[in-house]
Amino acid sequence: MTGVGEVAAFWILATITVGSAVVVALVRDLVRAVVALVGSFLGVAGLFILLSAEFLAVVQVLIYAGAISILMVFAIALTPRSARDNAETAMRWLALALALAMVGLLIAVATVTEWGPQAKEGFQETASAIGEALLNRYVLPFEVASVLLLAAMLGAVVMVRED
Amino acid sequence: MFSEWGQVGLLLALALFFPIGGVATSWLFGRLGLRPDRPNPVKEDTYECGMTTEGPTWVQFNIRYYIFALLFVIFDVEVVFLFPWATSLERVAVAGLVEVFTFVVVLLLGLIYLWRKGALEWL
Repeated sequence: MTGVGEVAAFWILATITVGSAVVVALVRDLVRAVVALVGSFLGVAGLFILLSAEFLAVVQVLIYAGAISILMVFAIALTPRSARDNAETAMRWLALALALAMVGLLIAVATVTEWGPQAKEGFQETASAIGEALLNRYVLPFEVASVLLLAAMLGAVVMVRED
Repeated sequence: MFSEWGQVGLLLALALFFPIGGVATSWLFGRLGLRPDRPNPVKEDTYECGMTTEGPTWVQFNIRYYIFALLFVIFDVEVVFLFPWATSLERVAVAGLVEVFTFVVVLLLGLIYLWRKGALEWL
């Protein structure tokens, strides 16, 4: 991160991410909370691009903004109206304290850690490097992942259909 | 590299500006009294044409639709695994093709099972 454009982009994306997250926590309607959550996910994807991790950004958009949010909308649509209210709970101050403690911890780690040269210069071509690693060195975990997805598929059908 | 993403950012800014700008201008002209304001029930209907909407917006859907969301997530994750393969196609060569083929066949077995079981039937 050197240029003015990149610094500006970082602050805009950080504002979008944190602002959307605040809306998620404060808004009373769960569907609106999910829409705001998508905004937060997209902001994080933009931050990944600034870190020159384009593949991770694509995954973030595809899985989190695309699929996980759809799953949440479905879950809300399947729930009776009474359970859809994002009501206040007694835990809100505890949650706020926890969130602030987390922010403090992350800032402390980010400032204390001595980042290597990779963190300053960024990467080249992350997607093809990941592809090569997956299909050469990590081929067994790659195939196990397909079996895991198969198990998830079968689990889904067992969970949804009782016959 | 970042300059290319700068163009994406510009497109994003324009894509946000057009819808927001239209609504904001309409609102502003309404406040200034520059645009006519004559609402009627037909104009304020949810849909311009087709069936008239009935009942509340929020109805509880059948739990069996959830399988489509779950399957969508699973095949979305599959795409994430195929993406890096597509970008390193030449370097991983035939071995990579065989490995990816195995990966897809395992998932295809699951899809065939679901199809045979009738889990993909729309209710």
